[in-house]
Order: sequence, then C-alpha cells, then structure tokens
Amino acid sequence: MKKKVLSLMVAGGFILGLGSGVSAETLELLTWTGYAPKSLVEKFEKETGITVNTTFSNNEEMIAKLRATRGAGFDLAQPSQDRISSVQEKFNIYQPIDYTKIDAKLIVPSMLEAVKKNTMVDGKSYGVPHVYGTSGLIVNKKTAAGADDYTALLDPQYEGRVSYRLKRPTLIAMAFAEGKDPFALYGDAEKYEALMESIGQKLIDAKGLVKTYWANGDALLQSMRSGEVNVAMAWDNGGWKLNAENPDIDFVAPKSGALGWIDTFTIPAKAKNVEGAYKWINFMMRPENAAVFTNAEKYGTASAGAIEFYDDAVKANFQRSFSQADVDNIKWYPPVPAKLEAIEGKILDKVKASQ
Amino acid sequence: MSTLGKATSKLPLFIFLTPILLWLFLLIVLPHIDLLRMSFRIENDYGDMVWSVSNYLEFFREPIYWLTFTRTALYAIIVTFLTLCISLPVAFYITKVAPPKFRGFLSLLLLMPFWVSELVRIYGWMILLRESGVINHFLVEWGILQQPVEMLYNDVAMTMGLVYTSMLFMVVPLLSVMDSLDDSLIEAAFDLGSNMFTIVWKIIIPHAMPGIASGSIVVFMLSLGNYLTPNLMGGKNALWFTEQIYNQFIASFNWNQGSAFGFLLLVLSSLIIFIGLRLTNQKLSKVVQ
Amino acid sequence: MEVDLSVKSVSKRFKSFVAVDDVSFEVEKGKFFSILGPSGCGKTTLLRMIAGFEEPSKGAIYIRAQNMANISPNRRPVNLIFQHLALFPMMNVADNIGFGLARRNESKTEIRKKVSDILERVNLPGFEAKKIHHLSGGQKQRVAIARSLVLDPTVLLLDEPLGALDLKLREQMKIELKKLQMEVGTTFVYITHDQSEALVMSDHVAVMNEGRFEQIDSPQNLYTKPASPFVARFVGDNNRLPGKIVGCNDGTAELQTASGEKLLIRTDRQLTPGVQAELYIRPESVILEPAQELPELNRLNVLVSSILFDGANTQLLVESPASDDELLISLPQNRQYEHISVKDRIEIGWDARAGNCFPLP
Repeated sequence: MKKKVLSLMVAGGFILGLGSGVSAETLELLTWTGYAPKSLVEKFEKETGITVNTTFSNNEEMIAKLRATRGAGFDLAQPSQDRISSVQEKFNIYQPIDYTKIDAKLIVPSMLEAVKKNTMVDGKSYGVPHVYGTSGLIVNKKTAAGADDYTALLDPQYEGRVSYRLKRPTLIAMAFAEGKDPFALYGDAEKYEALMESIGQKLIDAKGLVKTYWANGDALLQSMRSGEVNVAMAWDNGGWKLNAENPDIDFVAPKSGALGWIDTFTIPAKAKNVEGAYKWINFMMRPENAAVFTNAEKYGTASAGAIEFYDDAVKANFQRSFSQADVDNIKWYPPVPAKLEAIEGKILDKVKASQ
Repeated sequence: MSTLGKATSKLPLFIFLTPILLWLFLLIVLPHIDLLRMSFRIENDYGDMVWSVSNYLEFFREPIYWLTFTRTALYAIIVTFLTLCISLPVAFYITKVAPPKFRGFLSLLLLMPFWVSELVRIYGWMILLRESGVINHFLVEWGILQQPVEMLYNDVAMTMGLVYTSMLFMVVPLLSVMDSLDDSLIEAAFDLGSNMFTIVWKIIIPHAMPGIASGSIVVFMLSLGNYLTPNLMGGKNALWFTEQIYNQFIASFNWNQGSAFGFLLLVLSSLIIFIGLRLTNQKLSKVVQ
Repeated sequence: MEVDLSVKSVSKRFKSFVAVDDVSFEVEKGKFFSILGPSGCGKTTLLRMIAGFEEPSKGAIYIRAQNMANISPNRRPVNLIFQHLALFPMMNVADNIGFGLARRNESKTEIRKKVSDILERVNLPGFEAKKIHHLSGGQKQRVAIARSLVLDPTVLLLDEPLGALDLKLREQMKIELKKLQMEVGTTFVYITHDQSEALVMSDHVAVMNEGRFEQIDSPQNLYTKPASPFVARFVGDNNRLPGKIVGCNDGTAELQTASGEKLLIRTDRQLTPGVQAELYIRPESVILEPAQELPELNRLNVLVSSILFDGANTQLLVESPASDDELLISLPQNRQYEHISVKDRIEIGWDARAGNCFPLP
C-alpha cells in the first residue's frame, strides 16, 4: 500500500513537472521549414545561452495553433504579413511589437514601413519583416518552353504534367492571369466570391490536366526532378534550387505578375520569453546571419546589408528570373480581410471534390 | 468496524481512479463538450456569436459536404470489405495451415510494417507506385510497358493504401477467433460433403462472426477517420471527409463549422456501425469482448 | 457375402515415422468391425485414411470394390463420427443433421422429413430446433450419429465417440449403439482403446499395435485364443508367468519358472525346449484351493497381498515366487471363500489347458 501511494506521488509529480516546464531559458519558435537553419540556431544558442525549440508549420496551422491556445505556447511566430491584421482583430493572438527594441538599421526601411502599415490594428503594429519571396512558375524549359504565365497550368498541351497547391495563392494567381485584380475586390466580399467562383470553375474544368495538388515543397521538387511534373506554381526558391542541379529547370516570373509575400516576425499574446524573441529577431537580421539563411534557402531577406554577403549564384538567380518589368509587376499581398478565407475554402473544397 | 474497513478498502481505489477520471474528463470529455457547444454557435451578420443549428443544416444544404461524406463512408465500407476478404485467408493460413512453429513469426511479419509511422509507410508506397517509381521502372525495363504509367493519385491506389494500413486490425481479431475454431468442424463439414466454398460460408464465417464484426468496426472507423492516406495516395480526386473538417478548422478558420462536421462524422459513423451490426445479427457487447 | 470395405497392404509414413505398417483387412456388409489398440498405435491414422483425410503412402483402400485413391472425403461414401463429435455449434439440431443432405441439394421438404425420421430413430423425436449447447452428452452423441447415418453411408467410421462420456452413460451407449447398428444394418468401423467397447459391440475386432495388426478375430477368439503376447495382455486381464521351456512332447510342454516351479502346458503351438517363453493365465481360470484329486493341474503356493472388492468383479492379488508381478485372481462372491484374508497363504491351481504360452523371439 505504501509503495502504491509512493508511486502515485511520483507519477503525480511527473505530471506537474511536465506542466511547469524546464528551468533553463528557452525560445519557442513557430516557423516555416528552413527559416531557422541549424548553424544559426547553434550560433544564437552560443551567443545568448538560450535554447531554441522550433516547430515547423504554415500560415493556416500557425494561426490555428495560436488560436487554440489564445496566443500561448510560443515566443515567436512567422506568419505572412497579409494574414496578421484580420486574425489579430478577431482572435487577439499577438502582442504589439515594441519597435524601439528592434535595431532598425538592420532592416530595409521601405519593407519595415510596409509591414508596419499592413499589420496595423487600432494604431499598433504587430509585425517585423523577415523573409520575402514570390510565387510564380517553376518550368522545365526543355519540355514546357512556352509556359510563361499561370494560364499554362490550364493548358491541355501540358496534360498530366501540371501541379499546384490547392490553396488561396492559386486562386489569386489565376484571377490575375484572367486580367482581373482580386486584391481590388478584397473589400467587396460578394464580388470577390463571384470572381473566385468563376476561377474555381476554371480549375475544375482543367482538373484532368493536373498530376496532383502538391502539399509538400520537397515532394514537388522531387516530382520536377524526375520529370513527372513540368509546370508548377510554386515559390521562387524551389525553382532556383532545382536550377542549380538541372539548368533546364528554372523559376519563371509569370507575365501577369509574380505574387509577392513577406513573412514576418510576430510575438504571440502570451509569449513567455519576449526578450528572447527580440534577441532572435535582431540576431537573424544581422547581415552576415541573414546571408547564411539566404544562401541556403535562396529566399530574399529584409536585412539591409545582407546582399554583400550573398553568393554570386544567389544574386544571379534573381537577375535571371526577374527583369526590371517583372519586379515592377510583382503583386504584393495586401492584408486579407476576415471571411475571405471561408469563401476560398469552400471553393477549394469544391475543386478537390469534383471528379 | 466493518464500515471503517470498507471505507479504507475503497480509498486506494479512489486514489488510483482520480487521475484516470481527471485525465478522461479534462482531456477528452471537456474538449468535446466545448466542441459540441462551438458546433451550435455561428457568427451573425453583426459579427456576434449566437446559438444556431445552421452549422448542421449547412452539411445537408450544401451537396459537396454530404456527397463527400457519402463517398468517404462508401469507400470506408469497400475498404472494410476488401480488408476482410484478404484477412480471412491470411488468418486461416496462419492458424490452420502454417506449421505451428512459424505462427509467431508470421504474425510478427504482419506486425512489422507498423513499426514505422503511417507517413513513412505511405511514402514507401508512393516510391513504389509513382510514375518514376520502382514498379514502373521494372515494367518498362522488362518491356511490359512502353511508357511508365501513373499508378498513384487515384481511388484504386488510395483504397489499396487504406487496406494495407488496416489489415493488421482485421487480422488480429480474426486470428483469435480462428484459433478457437476446432479443426474437426472443418473436417466434419468436408466429410459430410461440403466443398471449400460451403465450408467457408457455413462454418468458418459463422464461427468467425464476432471477430469479423469487431475487426470491421475498427477498420471502418480507422478508414473513415484516416487523413494521410487518402490525401497523399488518393491525390487530387480523393477528398475525404476528415480533410473537410481539417479545412474548416485550418484553412477557413471556421471552427464552429468544423466542430459540427466532427460531430456529424461521429453520429453518422456510429449509425452505420449500428445498422451493420443489426444486419449481421451481432450484439455490440459480444463483439467488443 | 458382399465386402463393403477392403484395405489392402496400406502403409502410412510421416517422414521417418511409420504410423501404419502394411495393414490389410476386409469388412463384410452390415458388420460391426472394431480396431482396438493403445493410443498412438496408428488406428486413428488408419481411420483417417479410410475417410480420405490422409492418403496412404502405399497400398489401396476399396469401398464396394471401388478404389478410393484420389477421392476426397466429401466424395467418399463413408462418414466419420469424430472423437469430439464436431457438431456445428452455430446451427441447431435440424441444421446439423440436414447439413449433408443440403450439400446433396435435396429439397427442403425432403430434408425435413429425413431429419425427423432419423431423430425418431435415435430416440430424439422433436429435437429439431434445439441448440447444440443445450444438449446432454448422450444427446449430442446421438445427434452426431444421426448426422452421419442420415446420409446412408456405405461405411460409418467412428473415432472413439464414447470416450468423452462418463462411465454409466458409456455402458448404456455401448448397448444402444450395437442395437442401432443391427437395426440400420450399416457397416460400422469403430476404433477404440477400450477393449470392453470392442468386445461388446463388434462382430470382428482387429488388435493393432505399433502400426500393425496383431490379430483379427471374433471377440470370443481374441479373448480365449490370443495370437500374440500383446493381444493376451491387451485384451482382458491376464497373469504373465515367464520361464524356460524344459520339456516338450506331442501337445504338451513344460515351463520352468525362475523360481524352479515346473508348469504343465497343453497347447497346439510348437514349443522347442530351451527357448524363453511366457505363460498367460486369465484371472478367472485360476482355481482357489483346488481339490487334491484334480489331474493335470498346475499348483502354486501364494501369499494373499490384498483383496480388491468390486462386487461381482472382486479380485485377489497374490504374491508368488514364480512371477515378479502380483497375480490377479477372480474371487467368486458365493461366500465359499469368505475365510480368505490378507497375509493368508493359500494354494491356487489351473488346468494345463487354461493357459496360453508364447515363445519369446
């Protein structure tokens, strides 16, 4: 009996121990795959003595996770800048950024200003820019030389060799390819829904051409490498990574405009280690560190001086894929108003369900 | 004295039950109550949350939802049936035909795929079946095919993946009921003039019915609730109801709708199992033993 | 007389183990034939070969002159009653009995009629709807027999079906089974390790040992004229007196035991002086305190070690220097021998014709 009680107390203590967490200082990071390279994490841990725990996710899951805990469990999250303000208004899962704690010199001023503006709720801003990039086409020039716009994804000549994500960027890209401006309809839910319905119908009509809807970036790259997919809508860095292995494959900025996104740093409402979070932001934005990230992942960063540390190949990537006209034509995501996601979700479900 | 004795004898039981009950209540019952509450709330036009059943009505109003559910349930039933068809001979072979010393080894072989996670197993299948995959490579090499064909991303591949994932859960209960089947019953039926078909139909299946029912319930529930296999192997055409629940929660941020779908899945799948048990004349209390 | 079952030089090998070794016999139509042997003697294997569950390694089995080679059990005109009966627990009595008929695609009304007739025959009228697990041991027995008999097999094989019953019921079923066999006239081949079952029911009994038949004979002959020491030991109780043949002439022989007694034997068997031999005496052949004037009587002085009271079967155990084992003697319950008690020294005797003597190889 005594033994039983003792073991019970031990078990109880263990459960309590799980709740209270460990004593050493940690930083709980909720981010995208590749955004916290191992070498930088180790360097940061050495400098500050803070242990970094990373959880990899995407925009939707980041929001869902923080919503479930009402902003607890993580010290730093990295949603895209357009997905912050409406979510913050509705669920109140972030805390305002104290920009005095950010070393502003480290950040490209125009980007910082844009993000501040786009993430503003009730006069307070919630984001610091970190990474930017574009969505466009990855094309195998040998087998799909003519693919220069999103419409290639609906082109019967590429039957069975097409892949894209069944997510909102695809709908928006197709709308631009149609010559429409979906961003202009952000304020008008009804018109937006009508536009998206028509885009959804186009995707349904051309569903037979699709190899599969990709969900995992590495899996897509594998499909392109093996020649199973020749035209895909994807992020620029994927195309550039493949280009290094096979010069036939490259990222192409579509004629109707690549979709520009900026991923940010945000601090969840119930973050425990806020100081640590600021330390991580300033650490990651230091030019030499930001360049380590860019050289590995090929994404651009908002770090002001990082370009000096870029590999030549990385610089060449951007020049090869983007002419000045292409750069001017990049469609940067404005903040998404609430309710649009539900509209898009239903349309995407319909596309997936259709036979 | 006696009441005191009783009280002290029950105390340890309470001490041990409390964490389990707390665990059940806090981690299972409470979240479900919250989900149930959420499923009856909607946001009205003024942005306030109000009580409503429209989340549930939405399921019946919008064909895509109930069609997806019907499709999911139908495929889960097909998967259950196919799993049964494959597992019966396997269980029969292991318990009745294979030499006794190999039985443990054969059961272990069945268990082996489950030492790795479901995700790894599915990626294994994808490496085999994809257009640039192992099977296509050999078929082209041997001249059986001119061109590699895509074997992934269709309902057949998805069904196969689900059957593969579910097999163990059908074979294990079948092994135990088959083990309890007296060999002489089969011989007696044979002796009385049966062929293989009537032996299976009249002797083996009626005897194995409780195991078949419990295995089928598990496989049906697992297939219905699966997310990874339909998504990864079924690809572009295989919208599974669980994926719609996921989409409601994650992509559309509509937790209320997602909760309602979750409860509909629970109720409708229980209903299907209830009907299944009724049709085969089985009692749940016997099946779960 | 028509021969229903004919087994010709059948052997069965399992890897290096020979289960059945060159067995031949014939069973005439309507006879009750038993195969008696200790467990592991190969009798079940032999039965399973006749039923078709095993193929002989050598030899052939004929049923009504038709070779059964490569004919599967479901096509043979024989049926087997299993040791544990193998009634189908998922079906009621009528479905169990009708199972074989349904396999022959007989009509439902036909089946119903036959089932009810056979139930009548085995004294279970109106049992059609009963569940198997509601039946008593004896009732199950009868249903199992009915299930096979209703198919009207040429030969009915029975694999120790009474083994699971308690003693009283077993005695009763023995008689019932024999009566039933005589009524229906079906040829029965019955295997058992219980010599009493074999003797009571059978027309002919084969005694089997280590895969071989030692003797095929009527129950009476088996008992009184065993052909081998094994049969003498296995069928009924027997007392064994080992010794050496010391004299032999024309129908008589003399056996000398290790302790020096010379025992007279009248036998047709050729016994040569000098060989080791065993003399078997039945307990009931022994005369207690024989009168002095009786001729050709072997006499021994023995010590009573115990009295085994069992009503009509009461027996004495006595010790004698002539045998290492205790001797068993029937003690008639006619009060004539009431004075005999344990530790008494008494004289016993037996007629020279009463024993069976076998030379040892």
